[in-house]
Order: sequence, then C-alpha cells, then structure tokens
Amino acid sequence: MLKDRTAIAGIGETTFGKLLPSSEERLACEAILAALDDAGIAPREVDGLCSYTMETTDATEIARNIGAGDVTFFSQIGYGGGAGAATVGHAAMAVAGGQAKVVVAWRARKRSARSARIWASAAESVAVTGRWSRPWGLLRPVDEIAMLARRYMHEYAITRDALAEVVLAVRAHANRNPRAAMYHRALTREEYMSARWVSEPLCLFDCCLETDGALAAVVVSSDRARDCRRSPVYIHAFEQAMPRQIFAMTNYFCEDPLRTPSSVAGKLLWRDSDFTPADVKVAQIYDAFSPLILFALEGFGLCGRGEAGDFVRGGKLRWDGGGVAVNTSGGSLSEAYVHGFNMITEAVRQMRGTSTSQVDGAQCCLVASADCVPSGALLLRR
Amino acid sequence: MTVPNWAGEDEVGFWEGVERGELRIQSCARCKRLRFPPRPFCPWCQSPDCAWQPMSGRGTLWSYAIVHPPLVAPFAELAPYNVIVVALQEDPHIRIVGNLVTDAQGAINEVKAQQIRIGAQVEVVFGEGPGGLRLPRWRYAAHRSGD
Repeated sequence: MLKDRTAIAGIGETTFGKLLPSSEERLACEAILAALDDAGIAPREVDGLCSYTMETTDATEIARNIGAGDVTFFSQIGYGGGAGAATVGHAAMAVAGGQAKVVVAWRARKRSARSARIWASAAESVAVTGRWSRPWGLLRPVDEIAMLARRYMHEYAITRDALAEVVLAVRAHANRNPRAAMYHRALTREEYMSARWVSEPLCLFDCCLETDGALAAVVVSSDRARDCRRSPVYIHAFEQAMPRQIFAMTNYFCEDPLRTPSSVAGKLLWRDSDFTPADVKVAQIYDAFSPLILFALEGFGLCGRGEAGDFVRGGKLRWDGGGVAVNTSGGSLSEAYVHGFNMITEAVRQMRGTSTSQVDGAQCCLVASADCVPSGALLLRR
Repeated sequence: MTVPNWAGEDEVGFWEGVERGELRIQSCARCKRLRFPPRPFCPWCQSPDCAWQPMSGRGTLWSYAIVHPPLVAPFAELAPYNVIVVALQEDPHIRIVGNLVTDAQGAINEVKAQQIRIGAQVEVVFGEGPGGLRLPRWRYAAHRSGD
C-alpha cells in the first residue's frame, strides 16, 4: 500500500497568462526549480521525472537544464487532463518502490494562441481521432462533453442552475486568488444565463480558459519530507481508472456512458483510504467543462448518482459554503487551464493552510483529474 | 468514393454498407454479439471472426448537442447545427453519432433545438454530410414501429 509512505515536499508555478513569451521548456524548468527550492532539495538530487505524454519538451532536456543527477525513473502518462494525478501517483509509486528518491512531476503548456487549439485542425485529424463523431460535426472537446452532459441532465432532471452553481463557485474562488486569470472578473448568475452558447447545453462560461504556464511538484519519501523546508503533504491514496469499454471523450458506445472514470477510481480510493467521502471538505476537480465537476462529485461518492444538482445548490461548493469547497484557486474555469496540474498545487496549499480560500479544518483534499478520459485521483492529507 | 480513405481494415464493412444504403453493425461470428465502433476482436468472447449485420435502421434519440461557433470549415457556415446520438433498436447499447435531418439530403441545421426530443423514434437515411462523405443520418420515424 502506498498509504502515507510518500509526500509532496515542494510545489512550484510560473505566472499564468496569455501568450507568455517564454518557451514551454523554459517554463517547465522554472516551475521545477521553484518546486525544488520550495522543498529545499538540490536539483542534482533529482533522480525521477514524470509528466504528460503531451509534454513537448523531451525529458532529457529537462534533466540537463535543471542539472538532475542520474535519472533512474522516468515516465509519461497519457490522456491529456487525465494524466495530472497520475504524474504524482507514479512518482509516489516509484519512490515507495525504491526506483527513485526525488521525483519531479510537472506540466508546461502553451495553448493560449488560437492556432494552438487542436480542434482548429479538425478536418485533417479525422484520420487519427474522432472518426465516429467528427464526420457528423462533433468537432471540439466541448461538443463531445455537451452530448454527455445533455444526456446526464435528461436522466436526472438537472438544469443549468446546477452548472451555474459550479461556475460561480469556482469564479468566486478565482476572485480571491491574485494569481488567477479571472481575479478581477466577477461573474453574476445573470451573466452566466445570458452568455453565448458554445455547444448547447454548454455556454461560454462552462468552458475552461486557455492559458500558458507551468507547474511542478516534488515527491519524496515521507521520512525525507519531514526534514524538508515545508510541512509534508502526504500522498494518502492514489488510483487510476480506465473503465471497461471506455471511449475517451466520446464515451457513448459502452453499456453505461455515465459510469465515468471517477466512479471507478472513487470506489478504489475509499477502499484504500482511512477517510470516507464525508471527511472531504475540499476537493480539486478537473474542470475543462463544468459538467465534469458534477460527474466527479457523484463518481467519488460525495453525493449519490444523479444527486449532484441538489448537492451543489445554495453555494455548497464555495470555500465558506459548508459543503465541499471545489477548485479553491479558481480551477481550469477561472484560474488557469494547465491540464489540471493546478488541481495538485492548490490541494497542497489547502493541506499546508496557505490557500487564498482556505477551508477550515480540512484534513484531506481530493484531487480528481479529467473525467471522461482514462484518469486518476489522489487523496492528499496534512 | 464512399469508403473514406482513412477507414481502417475493420471499419470498411461499415462504409460498404453505407454505400449500399444499409446500416451495418459488426457482430461476433462466434457469440453473435454486436459491437461498435468496429474492432478486430470481440470483447466478450475474444473471437477475431466477425460478420456485418444489417440493422433495421430504427432507433431512439439518446442525446444531442447544438453546436455553435467558433468552428472550422465546412461546419462553420452551418452553425448552429445539431448532432445526435442514436441508440439502435436491435441493441440499445449500440449507439451511433449522427445528425437529425428532414430528409436524406437535408442540411444539419434544419431541425432546430426546440424540435429535438430525447427518446424520440428515428430512422436512418443516407446522404452526403458537410464534408462530402456519404453518411448515415436520421429523421423522425414516419410511423410507429410494429411494437
């Protein structure tokens, strides 16, 4: 069992923004060096590297730039936003299994330019992906999720009010976080309800930002972490889930399309944990699109299936709402879209007590990566 | 050309059906279960042997999205348009993406959001999609099926 044997000793982030001048390579190294400094660990001690398959900088470039030692564990996780939790999870397994002692996990992403959006070349990409959806005009990730969201809303009589609760709670957190892209931009329910559609039932504010930036975390053994500069944040449980017969994003072709990766990972997470869903006062849930938060709340058992609409009502996702505070730094919807790595760094801040929307008395924090693709989850504890 | 040049070897049977005006779904030659999207092995009995079964072309509208800009050509000028998912009558777990149209050659933006109902009975028609590819598409069933 991985339980509490490893910990996150340091985190680092670059600034987030549109069209940052630095390269992804430079951003990645900045974030990693900041995370090592946060931990008080020398870069030459790094012997493990773990990131996303979508990372454009080769791991050897990262190792050579930061001045890592001999690297004895290196790994990449697939499925875009599904990879976040697993970069830390694999690092934890590597440390617990003795493959490495100091593993950095990171994500650097420059996707704020319009030309960098993958779906903008949809016509050509029929050849490799989406061949059972794109010929009919289901072109973008938002369209793929809109289809599932519509079905979900139909099955459980969930209205846009639930999506608005999600979006407004996350925005309210961004309004308290000076690093967030939407720090100065308040959002009202009326603005949400009158926003332009992108893919009905999803409007502009149901979609994440596009941001440049990089983030990193340093994973070491818990013993080592206790000697580091900061209080350890323990990796209490880690799961991955690729549900049977899943089709990434366009998961319409299996028996139960709403049995998302969250619901599979959720069962395992509570099996492996000393905590129960009732202990979760704060969660960081991948939110490229707002319905993913509803799916995950149900999948991780924070409420029953089909009950998320009621569960989120009345500001229950806000940091001071007395329910489960979700995406307390502003998430992908309002802080930065960096493939969900900001879920991890914010979870660490919550466990250290340094979030700008600190949840009182939270003993653990759930980190859930992208639902609707093969994904992963962490339960961190202080 | 009806079979798209990107169709893999396990997918050609589907597109050959489209060419002939048949909605065909891959089935296992051993256990007879249907599977979609097409693939080389049966996920239930692991047999590599398959056959292509013609479907009745009837189904139930399972979900839909109304797609708005920003979009790329050739879809951009048609927005907002509908995309639907249909659950087939033969096996409601076999679902296929399509568009709801008024007739085989109809545009994908003719049936509007307020006219679309989850659970409605639909039937397949074949016509050219915006990309020029001949596709299975769907219209509201003219008559109730025999059930």
